[in-house]
Amino acid sequence: MKEEQSKEKVKKFGMVIDLDKCTGCGACMVACMAENNVPFKEDESKKLDSITWLRIYKLTNGKPFPDADICYLPRPCQHCGGKGEHGHSPCVSVCPATATDYSKETGIVSQIYTRCFGCRYCMAACPYHARYFNWWDPVWPDGMEKYLSPNVSVRMRGIVEKCSFCFHRYQLAKDKAYFEGRREIEENEYQTACTQACPAGAIAFGDLNNPKHAVYELKKSSNAFRLLERLQTNPKVYYISGREWVRRAGDNYLKDEKK
Amino acid sequence: MDSALIPRGVKRCPTWQFALWIGAAGAVLLWGVFAMLLCWFKGLNQTNMNDAYGFALWIWADLAVIALGGGAFFTGFLRYIVGKDELKNIINYAVLIGFICYSSALLILAIDIGQPLRGWFIFWHANVHSMLTEVAFCLTCYFGVLTIEYVPLILENRQIDKIPFFHRLGHNMHEIMAVFAATGAFLSFFHQGSLGGVSGVLFGRPFGYREGIFIWPWTFFLYTWSAAACGPCFTILITKITEKITGKKLVKQNVIELLAKISGWMIGTYIIAKIIDTWYWAKVTAPAAGFNLMDFYSNNPFYGIWILVLEIVICGVVPAMILISEKGRKNPAALMTAIILAVLGACVNRWVMVLQVMAVPVLTFENWVMYYPSWQEVATTILPVAYGVILISLSYRYLPIFPQEQELNPEA
Repeated sequence: MKEEQSKEKVKKFGMVIDLDKCTGCGACMVACMAENNVPFKEDESKKLDSITWLRIYKLTNGKPFPDADICYLPRPCQHCGGKGEHGHSPCVSVCPATATDYSKETGIVSQIYTRCFGCRYCMAACPYHARYFNWWDPVWPDGMEKYLSPNVSVRMRGIVEKCSFCFHRYQLAKDKAYFEGRREIEENEYQTACTQACPAGAIAFGDLNNPKHAVYELKKSSNAFRLLERLQTNPKVYYISGREWVRRAGDNYLKDEKK
Repeated sequence: MDSALIPRGVKRCPTWQFALWIGAAGAVLLWGVFAMLLCWFKGLNQTNMNDAYGFALWIWADLAVIALGGGAFFTGFLRYIVGKDELKNIINYAVLIGFICYSSALLILAIDIGQPLRGWFIFWHANVHSMLTEVAFCLTCYFGVLTIEYVPLILENRQIDKIPFFHRLGHNMHEIMAVFAATGAFLSFFHQGSLGGVSGVLFGRPFGYREGIFIWPWTFFLYTWSAAACGPCFTILITKITEKITGKKLVKQNVIELLAKISGWMIGTYIIAKIIDTWYWAKVTAPAAGFNLMDFYSNNPFYGIWILVLEIVICGVVPAMILISEKGRKNPAALMTAIILAVLGACVNRWVMVLQVMAVPVLTFENWVMYYPSWQEVATTILPVAYGVILISLSYRYLPIFPQEQELNPEA
């Protein structure tokens, strides 16, 4: 199996999110939490210690009526490739216990829950605030344990977790393909929960290296951008918006600096 | 009651008075231990840290005590490697203070991690690219060196010294102490530097990120330099506080002034490097990421440009100028002011490089996040202070820490 794997093409899974389609309904967040057994608190009013692998930000252009405009921006882990595609993403390179890893085969930044000892250096390193600490042990309402996904381990108190691009779905698709004697999986065989839940079809997911996948062309749009590109984090989540102010909100610019 | 344990020729307070003093410090220590147990058994939800503040008061305390404990390695380096013989009169105390600082740092780290029982993973699953890995290895090794440097002092206790084996062991350890001083200086260079690298390598955090040479950001060198500069000031400060509390002169003024002079030159050269670093960061590094200098010091309720002025001018340039001038060193009030400012300067530098890095928003649609510690965080940060007071008190009472004490206090 290992030999067969090595013959596979190197993949770079990523996302393209059309912000002009996103309505901010939150279905992607709900799907993400249900799919990945993301714990929640009894009182979720304090957002600074809530766990939201996928978080929707509300952006405004700051202008008064009638020019006021808003944009909802879903922010999963950006699965940064780091400078020069070496896999030295901000979080991976700093983890002292190699508890987070960059896969050269998939481009996915993983989190090894049983190895993380909760130093939170990765959280300090991530400019997207995509990493979350388990300040409490997960407590599920009575009976809800039965509805947890058996494919994703629940996390204990004191460790960091984040979006995995639903990696377990990739594993399941790979297993299925292997038993069917195939080496490659189709685009629709591996889709993240948020992608499938989005009623507006704003989220596209696939292999950014594969011309047959939708994301391959979408990311080339002249309206496509990534968050904080100037920091050279090299994210694999692209955003599309026809609105200039939204694209400009993706990065920091000096006053009077032209993009 | 405990007179048989007290070194010959020196005077100590009555046992009841000492017991009261230790009792008071012990009460504070117990408060800290209670908070520590809460954090261990209930988890880090006992703190006011959150997902924006993964690093907070504890990491600052770690960085600060390690910088201030740098007096041990630098004084040892000056005494054993450079050959500044006068410093033999303060090296014991520098080692003791270093031992307290480093053991405190290790304790705080043990509380600060979410899964304390997995703390050993940092050694077992070490990631060579992480600055924290280097910190963990060097810090642990150097703590071992400090223990080796502290043990001969314990062996000099009157009763222990009577045992021939311990007497000879202590003597032989003293003989080879230069080797450990050199090892300590080598290890300290790396872990002080790595602590500087902790924020310096964060290329996703423009406030902390610095360019550098090879794998080391400039903060790597600045941290080592500032620890060597401000650490001795902390040693002097604690010596002065000890003299105040005991009501005795314990170290001759020429020793203090020599250390202060070296420290002054170190702070002076450090602050020049720091100003150059800040200027380059403000003019080149941060603008490349889309930030103006004032973006980091405005639109928030606390972090104004005052903190940069405080760190560089008031706690950097001013103490350097005082300590470099002979007149400044000879004036007790000016000397104390400079020493306090230098210690404060190291603490402020570590504060901004931990807390302000977390506070500054990077995504354009996020805001500044402020933080104040919970009582559990404060108690566990004060815990090492109480522990330090107890260890210093015990060492001062029962060990010949200050070689000049007898000469300076002949009435005893």
